[in-house]
Amino acid sequence: MLKLENICKYYNPGTINEMCLFEDYNLSVERGEFVSIVGSNGSGKTSMLNIICGSIPIDSGRILIEDKDITKTPEFKRAEYIGRVFQNPALGTCPDMTILENMAIADTKGKSFNLKKGTDKKRIDHYRELLLGLGLGLENKLEVKVGSLSGGQRQAMALLMSTMTPIDFLILDEHTAALDPKTADTIMQLTDKIVKEKKLTALMVTHNLRYAVEYGTRLIMMHEGRNVIDLKGDEKERLKVEDILLKFNEISIECGN
Amino acid sequence: MNTIILGIFEEGLIYAIMSLGVYITYKILDFPDLSVDGTYPLGAAVTAALIAAGANPLVAFPMAFIAGVLAGTVTGVIHVKLKVRDLLSGIIVSLGLYSVNLRVAGTANVSIFSKDSIFNNPIVNAVFPEGIKSLATVIILFVIVIVCKVLLDLYLNTRSGYLLRAAGSNDRLVTALAKDKGTVKILGLAIANGFAALAGGIMCQKQGFFDVNMGTGTVVIGLANVIIGTRIFKNVSFVKATTAVIIGSIIYKACVAIAINCGLNPGDLKLITAVLFLGILVISNMKKERHKKNAQA
Repeated sequence: MLKLENICKYYNPGTINEMCLFEDYNLSVERGEFVSIVGSNGSGKTSMLNIICGSIPIDSGRILIEDKDITKTPEFKRAEYIGRVFQNPALGTCPDMTILENMAIADTKGKSFNLKKGTDKKRIDHYRELLLGLGLGLENKLEVKVGSLSGGQRQAMALLMSTMTPIDFLILDEHTAALDPKTADTIMQLTDKIVKEKKLTALMVTHNLRYAVEYGTRLIMMHEGRNVIDLKGDEKERLKVEDILLKFNEISIECGN
Repeated sequence: MNTIILGIFEEGLIYAIMSLGVYITYKILDFPDLSVDGTYPLGAAVTAALIAAGANPLVAFPMAFIAGVLAGTVTGVIHVKLKVRDLLSGIIVSLGLYSVNLRVAGTANVSIFSKDSIFNNPIVNAVFPEGIKSLATVIILFVIVIVCKVLLDLYLNTRSGYLLRAAGSNDRLVTALAKDKGTVKILGLAIANGFAALAGGIMCQKQGFFDVNMGTGTVVIGLANVIIGTRIFKNVSFVKATTAVIIGSIIYKACVAIAINCGLNPGDLKLITAVLFLGILVISNMKKERHKKNAQA
């Protein structure tokens, strides 16, 4: 279980631009939940993911995973059990290395980065099989540099690479936002498949309300650092895009947009 | 004429070893490492001190390399742990090393002419007659350069090498792989400066003396070599980057030699080096601009 307890986060503390994003924010996510998070810009969605991953520090509060306090654990240590896919497809892969090398380096996660051969030849068939599952024809381009792939192809690889070795949590930070609608659909279906197959606990920030409603087991709408909607189970099943759109509009009017 | 060509190869090959290090920092890690100006003479100082004390010239190789590794680690720690900017970390280390080099060597000039070196010892002198001494030097250097290149290529294809390449290309991926990107940077700087110090040590053995000022401008030569090499062979996929850097070093040395033979004074060497480097940067910038324009059209 992942728990955020009494999180406080200020931006620009001590200046006239001081802004309080989270004040006493709490969230707990059960093992195996797939949480979709929606909300307007500046509502704290991405900040929350950054706090969970350790990319930004918090001013007070605690972050717990299975009752273990990880508040002080540095970002790279948390990556041992957290996989993350970013909005920018370039962030999840290494552009100067080939597809094969990228697969190999992702496969080495959790092992020692020693002087053994970077690519284990015996694993190549396994990588091919994984790439075949993407249905993008990448299995025949193993020697191609990832930098020359399209955004969608790179994002599919980033998703594959971040979930290749055993992890408990998958953090998806608007990971379909930079893709065209059709590719976004493909990546979204792939995400769902991987989350279900590997029984991952997933948190997905998205601006696509349809994805938020269609996928996942729980839906949270955030606004000014608070959860204004938090539904799971039957309530989430019955939820329609129109319902959250309505709430979205209410919030927007409140803000004067 | 022949002596000029052999001279180009001699110096070009020695600088190629140093440039392999600059290739790691500048091209792979995207880190402009100025500490090379200090680690190159550091290798020479260590070598001169050891050989003057009667050590085997071959022992000087690993010792010079290790000295460079330590100095590179210092640059890395200053940058990563103390959060000093990359250029400044290098400047601090190279300045500090000036004094360290004086301490290691004892004085500003140490001559090891009379001692055995890898280029001048009973075995080499028995195999190669006196007349083709320069050729022997070039052959020995060539072997050393190839060994360095192959070792670096092998390393870059290990798991650790993969991580180093990833750190320069996309350091978020290193974090995602649950590794500290700072440590990987320090490792890269250590290896790079190991190569620079090794080159300095070999230069010291070749010329038979250590001079405390021999490092001035090393980093510029290294960058020029790397940029020339990688630019020329940019679209030739079968030439490995390490090979390109070695060829670049020889081409650059040839350019400098031509300039000097056109009547310029050897004292103008640093100016020629600087102007040539500027020229290379301008040309490679112009090429990039043209690519951009073509891409937009």
